[in-house]
Amino acid sequence: MNREEIVKITNEFLVEEIEIEPELLNEEASLKHDLGIDSLDFVDIVVIVERKFGFKIKAEEMTGVDTLGAFYDYIEKMVNSKNSDA
Amino acid sequence: MKRVVITGMGIYSCIGKNLEEVANSLYNGKSGIGIDENRYEYGYRSPLTGILERPKLKGVLDRRMRTGLAEEAEYAYMATKAALDHANIDMDFLENNEVGIFYGNDSSAKAVIEAHAAAAAKKDTMMMGSGAIFQSMNSTITMNLTVIFKLRGINMTISAACASGSHSLGLGYLFIKNGWQKTVICGGGQETNTFSMGSFDALNAFSINTKDPTKASKPFDKNRDGLVPSGGAATLILEDYDHAIARGANIIAEVTGYGFSSNGGHISQPNDDGSYIAMQRALVDAGLNPTEIDYISAHATSTPLGDMYEAMAINKLFGNNTVPVSSTKSMTGHECWMAGASEIIYSILMMQNSFIAPNINFDTPDEYSAKLNIINKTKEQKINTFLSNSFGFGGTNSAIVVKKLE
Repeated sequence: MNREEIVKITNEFLVEEIEIEPELLNEEASLKHDLGIDSLDFVDIVVIVERKFGFKIKAEEMTGVDTLGAFYDYIEKMVNSKNSDA
Repeated sequence: MKRVVITGMGIYSCIGKNLEEVANSLYNGKSGIGIDENRYEYGYRSPLTGILERPKLKGVLDRRMRTGLAEEAEYAYMATKAALDHANIDMDFLENNEVGIFYGNDSSAKAVIEAHAAAAAKKDTMMMGSGAIFQSMNSTITMNLTVIFKLRGINMTISAACASGSHSLGLGYLFIKNGWQKTVICGGGQETNTFSMGSFDALNAFSINTKDPTKASKPFDKNRDGLVPSGGAATLILEDYDHAIARGANIIAEVTGYGFSSNGGHISQPNDDGSYIAMQRALVDAGLNPTEIDYISAHATSTPLGDMYEAMAINKLFGNNTVPVSSTKSMTGHECWMAGASEIIYSILMMQNSFIAPNINFDTPDEYSAKLNIINKTKEQKINTFLSNSFGFGGTNSAIVVKKLE
């Protein structure tokens, strides 16, 4: 899965399931301050990412993942490492 | 002691989703019972249930507010929003006045079962999602409504089986009567999903008269074969009389008596002593003689033993076959945790429109119901004061007296 596909899928669930306004979605957006994602939303995002990408986010791996761009990077890394493991 | 009045009502039920629809159904003896085929597939003995669709709240409440709402809490939101609007209470009022909530609810089965399934599938509790805990607890209604409506007064769920809704009103009444709260939201909510009633169906307590679902619920009739489960939510706004007058509220009726008791007996089988004590205590609290009651909204669910004991208790207290009695469960089915609140609304609608709703499907009395004045056809009659009964598993009993404002 390439980054473009990851961005598309991620943005779709952020808009449709987490109900974030689409115009707020950009690489520099802070997950917490610009997108308003709190600890409860994070639990739901873990569930959705498991469903969409087939891996479970670990909270400790999210340290330093503050922006949407960094979140795409994290998903890309996890998806690709899963594929290379396979 | 303060006088306690009702200044708003809201309802979401299988016989109507607003007061006007419900009043019409009651007047016309219209049943809300149907068949849920999924129940057969699950393994139910009876597929009969009140038919009710879930409200669509996307676009009405934001995601965070919706995520914690179990099915019954969605119904309770609809009923409570309508009741607050009816009472002319807006968010500005709620933010500037201390308003409390007592709400009846005694299960949230679907939320619990689905959360378990999600965790079990992946062996990971996080897969339950963030809403599971807020949906799974019995207090799902009160915990969510206090956040949505920014309530700052007394805040708790009443879990008292099928008397939950009635006790919630009784406690709201006591809190206002004693001067502890000026305004309290009271009510009851009941889930209707397939998971919610399996364990009750297991007791062979439900009617299996599927030939005509609208005729399945037959409270007091000799040929009754069990109850029909149902649900939704009903909300009443209780208010200190002086407070209501001061803000120019429309006063609908006055709560003048609350009686309670516990049978100290069998877990599922009722008795006549406990219900008699609750009714008598409500009358004493209201300062009334039995002859001053114009109508009794019976708890009668259409089970052989429950109806029999209630008929015995009513006959013992009221005697002489005079007070009109009906069970609206003949139309709604048994709204369980909601019933004690919804049935107060049903009786108030009758009081406002001067009729007694029929106990439909009551064709043949048994030896106990023959001693009561059961109304089986809509009757035009003025009601100034009524008594509403609710009884539940474990022998919890509640009776409420409501009268027109003098």
